[in-house]
Amino acid sequence: MNISHSDKQQLIVIGNGMVGHHLVEQLVERGATEAYRIIVFGEERHLAYDRVHLSEYFAGRDAESLALCASDYYAEHGIELRLSEAVTGIDRDNGEVVTDKGRYAYDRLVLATGSYPFVPPIPGNDRPNCLVYRTLEDLDAIRAAAEKATTGVVVGGGLLGLEAANALRGLNLDTAVVEFAPRLMPMQVDSEGGELLREKIESLGVQVLTERATQRIEDGGASFHRMVFQDDKVLETDLIVFSAGIRPRDELARECGLEMGERGGVVIDDHCLTSDPAILAVGEVALWNNSIFGLVGPGYQMAKAAAYTLTQGELTFRGADMSTKLKLLGVDVGSIGDAHGDRSPGARMFRYLDQIKQEYRKLVVSSDGKKLLGAMLVGDNSYYDTLMQYYSNGLELPEDPASLILPSTEGAPALGADALPETATICSCHNVTKGDVCASIDAGCTDLGAVKLETKASTGCGGCAALLKSVVDHELESRGVEVDKSICEHFAYTRQELYGIVRVEGIKTFSELIEKHGSSQTQGLGCDICKPAVASILASCFNEPITDASHIPLQDTNDTFMANMQKNGTYSVVPRVPGGEITPDKLIALGEVAKKYQLYTKITGGQRVDLFGAQLHDLPDIWQELIDAGFETGHAYGKATRTVKSCVGSTWCRYGVQDSVGMALHIENRYKGLRSPHKLKFAVSGCTRECAEAQSKDVGVIATENGWNLYVCGNGGMRPRHAELFATDLDDETLIKYIDRFLMFYIRTADRLQRTSVWRENLDGGLDYLKDVIIHDSLGIGEELESQMQEVVDRYECEWANALKDPAKLKRFRSYVNDDRPDPNIIVTEERGQLRPA
Amino acid sequence: MSTATVLKTETEADVSWQTLCIKSDLVAFSGVAAWIETAEGPAQVALFYLPGHETELYAVDHHDPFANANVIARGIVGDLKGQPVVASPIYKQHFRLKDGVCLEDESVQLRTWPVRFEGDQVMIAIEAL
Ligand SMILES: Cc1cc2nc3c(=O)[nH]c(=O)nc-3n(C[C@H](O)[C@H](O)[C@H](O)COP(=O)(O)OP(=O)(O)OC[C@H]3O[C@@H](n4cnc5c(N)ncnc54)[C@H](O)[C@@H]3O)c2cc1C
Repeated sequence: MNISHSDKQQLIVIGNGMVGHHLVEQLVERGATEAYRIIVFGEERHLAYDRVHLSEYFAGRDAESLALCASDYYAEHGIELRLSEAVTGIDRDNGEVVTDKGRYAYDRLVLATGSYPFVPPIPGNDRPNCLVYRTLEDLDAIRAAAEKATTGVVVGGGLLGLEAANALRGLNLDTAVVEFAPRLMPMQVDSEGGELLREKIESLGVQVLTERATQRIEDGGASFHRMVFQDDKVLETDLIVFSAGIRPRDELARECGLEMGERGGVVIDDHCLTSDPAILAVGEVALWNNSIFGLVGPGYQMAKAAAYTLTQGELTFRGADMSTKLKLLGVDVGSIGDAHGDRSPGARMFRYLDQIKQEYRKLVVSSDGKKLLGAMLVGDNSYYDTLMQYYSNGLELPEDPASLILPSTEGAPALGADALPETATICSCHNVTKGDVCASIDAGCTDLGAVKLETKASTGCGGCAALLKSVVDHELESRGVEVDKSICEHFAYTRQELYGIVRVEGIKTFSELIEKHGSSQTQGLGCDICKPAVASILASCFNEPITDASHIPLQDTNDTFMANMQKNGTYSVVPRVPGGEITPDKLIALGEVAKKYQLYTKITGGQRVDLFGAQLHDLPDIWQELIDAGFETGHAYGKATRTVKSCVGSTWCRYGVQDSVGMALHIENRYKGLRSPHKLKFAVSGCTRECAEAQSKDVGVIATENGWNLYVCGNGGMRPRHAELFATDLDDETLIKYIDRFLMFYIRTADRLQRTSVWRENLDGGLDYLKDVIIHDSLGIGEELESQMQEVVDRYECEWANALKDPAKLKRFRSYVNDDRPDPNIIVTEERGQLRPA
Repeated sequence: MSTATVLKTETEADVSWQTLCIKSDLVAFSGVAAWIETAEGPAQVALFYLPGHETELYAVDHHDPFANANVIARGIVGDLKGQPVVASPIYKQHFRLKDGVCLEDESVQLRTWPVRFEGDQVMIAIEAL
């Protein structure tokens, strides 16, 4: 292993956490794999994962879905990743790092070892069921301990402590928070804010004890532990989680003699270089200008600067803003800049307190009242974005700065998007500026969803959602886009409004709709925008055969001929293969049809078979043979339910925990024929290994020991989007109920040709809102959505079988009305044993 | 890109009316394709039928010059800015049914032919061979 390659330098990264991984990504992006052979050591057994969203592990996300990259990312870029292998020493004299498994030479070395939770030196702190909250393994331990516990205590009332308290509450423990300081979140809020925070958190049933110093932990009476405080008061609990701050994991650096900060941390300069120029440090282990940055954003900035340093680039780390916006136990807390006002001599303050609504806001401004130096928010973070813009861009404050924190009838006065300079940061997680947003719009993004997918803005913590929306709206408007939401010149309505009209008035044809509700200036023919959109709405509502005389002129050519037109005017044919399960006889029948009509044959990603090159006039014969063999149409041509991909599940697989094929068949047979604003793809996986790739589908279902986890709004394709976990451990009936409601709600509210992923990005209120509507039935439409779905399901008929029964419909399948000649323009050639367009 | 051929100013003497098909071969508010013989050889036309409209019948090239495929009859019929049009089913350009001009690129034009009903027959006017 200890070979040094003559042509490449060896670069070793210690730590595969968030920042260490980001460094690797930056190095790859800068082509550093050309110059370096890279080895990464990670002490944890998991590939780098999203620690910021660690708590979602308790909500059902697993290590794989929290992972920051695909499992083959490192190998793909020729980077050696050595997990479960901690570095135990650095030998600077020989330029080697040491592990239990060997010694590895380095030319350059990066420390990205992060930090560890500080456990106060209290006698008894090493008892069983005394735990911390930092890694996936910590969470496994907490979950296991919680099974035998009824009460839990978190020591430490800071950001992470409150997050841990929320997790304990979620594990159904009676929870208390014990804080040494006189208030919660002493770093972020002052005493008044802390008092409000306490009230709010106590009202959630979490006990808050401040000014408590634990003296010792011993055996309890009623519970497992007894905590004894400075005044001899006691608290009994089964489980203790320490969250009393973090400390840099700087032991390696200290032992090898690098320059250290007084209170720990590896000293780095603006290039992230330590006192040994061969060694860099990034993330929570690094001390810059006497500060440790305990947030991921600054860590990412260091990683970027380090990647530049290692590749002779010109980018330095110049400190980072520690402003944060959080929702802890459902309570908004925001802190900007010098929130306490104790770092800015001469600063002036404004404060607003509402004890009824439980809101508190504070502004720290410069002595002349012109600049915002800091702000503090408790109870309502809607003020954050605007304040943050004043702060980070140094904008001049309005005449009366207090107006920025006083309640107004319209909520916080928004800083007009046009007032922001191009350089203003909109999304700090992904470092997206207003200029980047404008560029994406200039490059063709025409709605919020597209901008989010293009720039990644608002896809991290999501805190900038409202600001991003206002910038996008403003920019679109100033470019003359989108102001008119009408679907086209024939209807002064959006798709959603047309859907409502059709539903409410029970309109069943396009001609009736355009007659009653169309614009008066047109000839009433409609166009290629509104006709297919209305056809889709009518089908979603009433599910009449699309080839009926009144519907056929509305359809795109693919729907008209119930096949997919290819570039040379021929069609491809895709019969339904529910769940990807097919008998040998049906497979043979498919082969025979393909052979007889000389169709090019290819397996699709949706686990079925695509037959290409069919001429229009052959389609009915081809379909008669397929239907005789037991097939149904696959709707591959429609904006409709496409496929339900599945793995074999518990029937065959050693790992499967549920019958995924059975569920896939059930889902596919229920929703086949459902038309929607865009195509719908589903998948069912039989265990968390997720072989069916359900998390890239509009609706994904993953089996658990106890039932099914439901994921929604994923997408593969050009702009991949992970589906989001929507509900866990559902029984079959509830699963179908939620999918019914979800799909019908999407059909009701989406724009035309809007996939669920983009629809979700544009949905005001996001996933929480969607859950409220579907799971908690907050709009009171749950049953209505279900019955509308049932109507579509009940009216299902294979539309090819329907057309084959009707000679009038079949007349349409002639290439020419006055001649049986085939189209001479269609010329094919042979390649790899099949025919393809010449 | 232009495949337009300039039509001679029509006089009845120059054209002959041929039967293409019958009314029931047509699809209301949509198109069908047919073969014709022209002075330049066989050609494919797309026939559109808009019952109840001022002009009920249109015939334009079936060949889509952008996609180089014979598909125009399978496009969606509509009206844009008050003019009946057909949208190419492949790349969605709009062609005016009246004169074949492409709205997105006016240098491109489909050929057009006069068409009419004679009783149940659909007749097309073709320049004399
Ligand atoms: C519950 C929780 C919630 C959080 N929420 C937020 C938030 O909302 N916003 C925010 O900005 N930040 C948040 N953070 C902080 C954020 O996670 C950290 O800032 C970030 O993870 C720091 O990245 P890092 O790479 O420096 O350290 P880490 O992510 O801790 O990674 C260091 C890695 O190095 C490994 N390692 C250490 N020593 C060795 C060794 N000798 N050999 C090999 N490997 C080693 C460790 O095992 C670890 O995997 C949160 C943290 C937690 C725990």
